Amino acid sequence: MKIAMTVNGKSVSRDVADNTLLVEYIRDNLRLTGTHVGCDTSQCGACVVHVDGKAMKSCTMLAASAEGAAVTTVEGLAKSKDDLHPMQVAFKENHGLQCGFCTPGMIMTATDMVARYQLEGKTLTEESIRHELEGNICRCTGYHNIVKSIADGASKMTSV
Amino acid sequence: MYETNFHKAATAQEAAALLNASEDGKILAGGQTLIPTMKQRLADPTDVIDLSGAADLRGINISGDQVTIGAMVTHAEVAGHAALAALCPSISQLAANIGDPSVRHRGTIGGSLANNDPAADYPAAVLALNARIRTSLREIAADDYFEGMFTTALEDHEIITAISFTAPTQGGYGKFPNPASRYAMAGVFVAKSADGTVRVAVTGASEDGVHRHGGLEAALSADWSASAVDGVEISSDGLLSDLHGNAEYRANLIKVMTKRALG
Ligand SMILES: Cc1cc2nc3c(=O)[nH]c(=O)nc-3n(C[C@H](O)[C@H](O)[C@H](O)COP(=O)(O)OP(=O)(O)OC[C@H]3O[C@@H](n4cnc5c(N)ncnc54)[C@H](O)[C@@H]3O)c2cc1C
Ligand code: FES
Ligand code: FES
Repeated sequence: MKIAMTVNGKSVSRDVADNTLLVEYIRDNLRLTGTHVGCDTSQCGACVVHVDGKAMKSCTMLAASAEGAAVTTVEGLAKSKDDLHPMQVAFKENHGLQCGFCTPGMIMTATDMVARYQLEGKTLTEESIRHELEGNICRCTGYHNIVKSIADGASKMTSV
Repeated sequence: MYETNFHKAATAQEAAALLNASEDGKILAGGQTLIPTMKQRLADPTDVIDLSGAADLRGINISGDQVTIGAMVTHAEVAGHAALAALCPSISQLAANIGDPSVRHRGTIGGSLANNDPAADYPAAVLALNARIRTSLREIAADDYFEGMFTTALEDHEIITAISFTAPTQGGYGKFPNPASRYAMAGVFVAKSADGTVRVAVTGASEDGVHRHGGLEAALSADWSASAVDGVEISSDGLLSDLHGNAEYRANLIKVMTKRALG
């Protein structure tokens, strides 16, 4: 079936099988390989993208369900190679990654959580960052620097 | 994942028609249970009927103390609804602690109830709140709906359209999440209605899925307080024993979670 959506601001359309996952559409059909697959149990969060502005696991969704939606992947955050998103800058400056496998999902989860907290006028404490990261697994960092990066990124994201 | 045919329904009625016309079709709500199951090839529906475009299954409606939640309302929407939080904070808090943010953005109350996972959270709320489950065919009382692990009163092609209940005067939910999966190892929902009736529902702990607890209901009817729970005998008969905890451990968790539910 033909599935059309907007990905990182560009209209795309591909002919794919009905059972294509959104993450397969993004990685295999659009060749946007920043979005990762780290598990087959919907638990690791490496595949998180934004669908119509909300964080979702692209491995736990059919591409067909995203027909007509606006999808943002990690490739869609930076304005250019030299003008990274504030959350990407924060991960870089705070050493929020080691191997980097979980990082795209962490950053997409982080930008979603900061946007939600700012919209609701709530403060993002260390405890709430840890609770919000429930669905993202990192096998390298021990999370401390990820939490630090997100707190720093949140303070840099005041105008998002 | 096996091959399947994808359909998007614009209304519940259209979904029911598509389901009836399919050989072995399945409803797709938030997909947070169905998609992982299909990926593992534990389910192979010939057709998948996506309800995400069915506007008639969305929305939370509050009128006085009557609450109606559409089947396709997500966990995040329940958690974030200000008027519902004011009227029935226990259900908002329950929804806010299901899984993780991504799961809450897609997972729905209808999907959770149709699936009736023995460790899911909503079944405890629906049973304790004496809610009514509205479907494409009829209305089912919570007491007649849950029939054990992953089993409900739903017929093959029956679609949940909404859940409605009267807000309790007092209520709360205590959950001990499995640290890896976030599902309940024991979750207890307590609710007291305006006429003084107390209902207590336990999820996560039993081999038969969600169930009411007569002993706790009697104790809390007489005295709505954490100290009333101390004297209640919680039998470990029929409780789950697995690598996460044995039946005796879960029996104790039921007691502790009841106290937490009472605040
Ligand atoms: C990582 C992770 C953690 C989770 N943690 C928790 C947790 O802590 N607590 C908890 O309670 N749950 C948890 N869940 C499950 C989550 O809440 C699911 O969203 C929910 O169980 C199923 O809802 P769904 O909308 O995703 O349904 P789907 O997966 O789309 O459907 C589930 C089943 O219900 C049927 N169905 C769906 N909607 C209807 C309807 N309206 N009428 C009839 N049949 C229907 C489908 O055909 C399917 O068989 C977790 C899931 C994941 C992936
Ligand atoms: S790949 Fe999506 S949650 Fe692990
Ligand atoms: S940096 Fe390696 S998995 Fe997180």
